[in-house]
Amino acid sequence: MATRTSERPSKGAAGPIELIPAKNSRGRSTALIVYLVLIFFALLYIFPFLIQIGTSFKSDAEATASPLNPIPMVWQLDAYRTLAGQDFPRWFLNSVIVSVCVTAGRVFFDSLAGYALARLHFFGRKALGGVIVSVIAVPGVVLLIPKYLVLVELHMYNTYAGMIIPLIADAAGVFIMRQFFLGIPAEVEEAARIDGAGTFRLFWSVVLPMARPAVITITILSFQASWNELAHFIVSRRDPALNTLTSGVASLSSGAYGSGNLFPLKMAAALLMTIPVALVFFSFQRYFVRGAGAGAVKG
Amino acid sequence: MSITQGMGPAQVPAAVATADGDVTPPKRRRSGIRGSENRAGLLFAAPAFVLILLFLIGPVLLALWVSLTDWSGKGSPLGANFIGAKNYDTLLGSPNLQQRDLATALRNNMYYVLLVVPLQTVLALILAMAINRQRLRGKGFFRTAFYFPSVTSTVAISVVFLFLFTASGAVNSVLAWFGINGPNWFADPRGVGHLILSGLGLVDTANPPAWLADHDFLGISWFQWIAGPSVAMCALITLAIWTTAGTFMLIFLAALQDIPADVEEAAMVDGANRWQRFRNVTLPALKPTMFLVITLGLIGTWQVFDQVYLMSQGKPSKTTLTPAYLSFQTSFQDGKWGQGTAIAFILFVIIIVMTLIQRFVMRDRDSSRKPWWRRRREAALTGSDV
Repeated sequence: MATRTSERPSKGAAGPIELIPAKNSRGRSTALIVYLVLIFFALLYIFPFLIQIGTSFKSDAEATASPLNPIPMVWQLDAYRTLAGQDFPRWFLNSVIVSVCVTAGRVFFDSLAGYALARLHFFGRKALGGVIVSVIAVPGVVLLIPKYLVLVELHMYNTYAGMIIPLIADAAGVFIMRQFFLGIPAEVEEAARIDGAGTFRLFWSVVLPMARPAVITITILSFQASWNELAHFIVSRRDPALNTLTSGVASLSSGAYGSGNLFPLKMAAALLMTIPVALVFFSFQRYFVRGAGAGAVKG
Repeated sequence: MSITQGMGPAQVPAAVATADGDVTPPKRRRSGIRGSENRAGLLFAAPAFVLILLFLIGPVLLALWVSLTDWSGKGSPLGANFIGAKNYDTLLGSPNLQQRDLATALRNNMYYVLLVVPLQTVLALILAMAINRQRLRGKGFFRTAFYFPSVTSTVAISVVFLFLFTASGAVNSVLAWFGINGPNWFADPRGVGHLILSGLGLVDTANPPAWLADHDFLGISWFQWIAGPSVAMCALITLAIWTTAGTFMLIFLAALQDIPADVEEAAMVDGANRWQRFRNVTLPALKPTMFLVITLGLIGTWQVFDQVYLMSQGKPSKTTLTPAYLSFQTSFQDGKWGQGTAIAFILFVIIIVMTLIQRFVMRDRDSSRKPWWRRRREAALTGSDV
């Protein structure tokens, strides 16, 4: 009781406790249980990452000998040196190229289409809106073979275009942008329109800046999704030079680099590919949290 | 004018109304601007829709066509021989290897769904309820710890789990503390269902009872259907629960924060104990969210592909084969494109059914937009029944 900080006095957060003071000790013991449960699960969630980091600095022999201890007896950078000498930098570069293009494309086209669906009155708007909503439900995995067939038909198989352009088609993003634009009052546009702004200018310099939270959400979700995408890169290319981090590390994990377990190497690769997404995650956490909720409820 | 403030989801319906209400008068007054708007609208929407048409709708139609042909992967699929529903008949009609593989994949995925969906839902709810405590320290830390795996790459996490689950790996080291001799996870095809049944002395796995072994469904015997997930599949199941619980935890957390504190307080004043409050206040309020999480889980778990591709490729003894991976394998490795796309369509139907269930549930939720406690309160005031 004494340690209570009055962070949210208006909510009456401590009301129940004050009503039933006799149960205070019981409240304390359940609090202890809650902490124990949370700490147990936090360990389960964090420990694999610690093992990953530690193992990446071990020798092959030590990784196999003490798989549970995250702290190496002898720290070494062999795994990282090997990675730097292999195709890894190339995979990294490919991942950057693909993710940046997909993210830029999605943000631009999703917001354009979302704006049109929300604010412009054109023939077929209702029908296109219906298409968007129904297409969100199409399961991605089922489209693997079909997408390959279309890429071959369009002569885009084994090209950057084939890896990037299909990922830009993003119905959920259009939907999120549309929902956001619907919430911006119409008066804003009226004023600018009277000043003589054209439709694109209206969209680009007036409405889009106001949609910043939605744009940031889409940017982050698109970057994360394209950086982590695997299945599409398996079916849209064969050339090893076009490997992204995901498809490259996948080939690494299936033993493309000769015999032996090579666990430090694999852990180092996994760690390095996690870092960019982790950086984005920790800097924009609140958008991640909101995006997860929005995507789930609206999807 | 407050413009950018407070654009939460709650505001959206109101905004729709004003936008729509705004439509009619200007239409008459400024037909010139509306005319250019027609063109601009089509122009703005075109890129996204051309992409969606080319890479979502187009592929579905092309694959539907291929699933009705005997295309071998050479030349254009458009010129392939039309053979009607033969591919579907091979898969579903009469017992053969293809049918056995599909049935095995369906069985494996069924156990995956049956274990992952309830366990991840319960874990997500437990974590959300624990984090939702008003005076918890380190809330942000715990939330981050549980959600972080959901945003990182499946590839990276799968690589880590492959290491954790090796025969002499971290998981078996922990099991050894408790005197358990852990299995060689990714090489163990034994079904957990069979292990339990034989452990209880009910069934001899080497010599199954005739009534189970002699009847079959889709080409595999009843005895095979009740095998349960293999030990290898259990590792994949653990991975799935571990990674996805965080996402669903956030959804539960949002819903829990929507329950007004006074409802809980009222229950407390009425003398309800902790369990009664959970049972009669929290759980009913979470019902729509619960349905949402379960249906999203169902849709997601029927699509499992990445982990199988990365960790097991259907091995050992096809016990981690799933329909998504089987369709990929049939097409890309065996070159039987017609059959592969047919499997994809069978999976498509399964997932669409799951999606329709979700749609149905969500519509139900939308129509009763007002929270239950408000409806009940209003009902109490007006004296009507809920």
